[in-house]
Amino acid sequence: MNTQQQDLLGLRFMRLGMLALSAGLLVGVIGGFQFLFPEFLRELLFTKTRPLHVSLVVAWIFLAAIGGIYFYLPRQRKLKLASYRAVSWHYWIFVVTGLAIIASFLAGKFGGREYLEYPVALSIPIFLSWIIFGVNYFRTVRKEREPWPVYYWMWGTGIVFFFITYLEAYLWVIPYFRDNMVREIMVQWKAYGALTGSWNMLVYGTALYVATRIAGDDKPARSKLAFSLFFLGLFNLMFGWAHHTYLVPSLPWIRTFAYAVSMTELLILGKILWDWRASLESWQKNRYCSAYRFLYAADIWIFINLILALIISVPAWNLYTHGTHITVAHAMGSTIGINTMILLASVYYVLREELPQKVRDGCAGQVTLGFWLANISLGVFFLALIAAGVGKFMYDGPSFQEMMASIRPFLLLFAVSGIGLMVGLWIVLWHAYRLMGTILAADRPVDVKLGLPVGAD
Amino acid sequence: MPISPAADRGRQLYQEHNCVACHQFYGLGGYMGPDLTNVISNRGAAYARAFMAAGTQAMPNFNLRDEELDALVAYLEFVDKTGTYPPENFEVKWYGVVAQEDDPR
Repeated sequence: MNTQQQDLLGLRFMRLGMLALSAGLLVGVIGGFQFLFPEFLRELLFTKTRPLHVSLVVAWIFLAAIGGIYFYLPRQRKLKLASYRAVSWHYWIFVVTGLAIIASFLAGKFGGREYLEYPVALSIPIFLSWIIFGVNYFRTVRKEREPWPVYYWMWGTGIVFFFITYLEAYLWVIPYFRDNMVREIMVQWKAYGALTGSWNMLVYGTALYVATRIAGDDKPARSKLAFSLFFLGLFNLMFGWAHHTYLVPSLPWIRTFAYAVSMTELLILGKILWDWRASLESWQKNRYCSAYRFLYAADIWIFINLILALIISVPAWNLYTHGTHITVAHAMGSTIGINTMILLASVYYVLREELPQKVRDGCAGQVTLGFWLANISLGVFFLALIAAGVGKFMYDGPSFQEMMASIRPFLLLFAVSGIGLMVGLWIVLWHAYRLMGTILAADRPVDVKLGLPVGAD
Repeated sequence: MPISPAADRGRQLYQEHNCVACHQFYGLGGYMGPDLTNVISNRGAAYARAFMAAGTQAMPNFNLRDEELDALVAYLEFVDKTGTYPPENFEVKWYGVVAQEDDPR
């Protein structure tokens, strides 16, 4: 494998991520309509579509973030990866485990844990892949001679904490944890909250990396503000989860502490991106038009989510919003509005850098259409979920069905806007997928067994 | 309160059928069905059992055997005794924190 081919391995992760997101959006739309019309595609039960949707979309976030790290380090930071063989292993473990997870859901075999609904045995290769990734990452970045910019710290912390919190999410297999319901719920929320925090580290690190590259100035990634974001993110990763547990009968100090630390992290990330946008010249915005636009959208979604997050983090209000669709709005606003927009910025930044002849200055019309369709639809989607959540907590009767009927118009709006969101993102993804394919096609032939360019180390 | 073998079997069934996709405990889980933390106190074991035995328009019939239904009811009874959700008696402190007065502990 030549250097050029080795450097491009990360793009395979990104492309696979785009496929995962495309499929995850489709399953999400199907699930949205099943929510309203349970007879719709009855063979594919909601108990299958929901975990399929969650797993595919989370796979996109990881694949795009990991792919970026595998690409940026050797290609742009000039740090040769410690092992390219490990990257191939990582990729194929992801593919095989992912297919096994999809097959198990379709066959109705579940582990039945919130967010980690696949059979427990499939968590073993996932653990293994993170060890491979972590060892490779740290062996690579230790070769950096300069002090580490903040995104190295964020990526490294994200990897370590993902491993820890993923392990934590499986503590329930030990009877001590699952035999006490309150302990069981607290540990689950702790693990999931911190898991989200750990992938946010990977994604926010990517955001800062792309932002500094577009600006052509690495200083913001070495500033005190950037490191304060890192330490605050780390602090939130460890403690911020607890705002999900106000209503679990846990110790009062945990609730108070969670209230004190929640959501400050988003405020600082928003400030950094805001300052960065103000520092850009118009030629830089034009040159990296699509990447800039997605980062801009992420910035707007940060502030929207921040307002919602601050509201639902006040325990007295959380009392009403917890367990309603408002929590879903918060999750969707974060995973699509913030994480996906940042990762699409990363994808389009790569395309602009690698294909200067094909991706010229300015934004392609197709991408512009997809961008606006996705963001406007996401806005409607987000508001519909909030309205449904308000309807749920305002409902004062004893019947769950009656409550669901009362919020049905909002759920219908949510499902229809989901179609717009899916189509908008499909347009953006298809354009990027094709272009990234041309970058990879330039490096054939491919080793059929490995599915990677001939001569992988 | 330790979990009984029957309730533990119910927990396994709850996971095998991926009930969390639609139902919640303490607000954690899906939104298609109701939160089940206190379904036993609020509706009774017979009501919960009837739903699980027959299914509804929204919930599929999982064709559960009698002993499986017993185990699931035992699990729901176990969860029910761990606390109240959402809290019925609470006090909101001046700085915004909620003290749950009906916390069983």
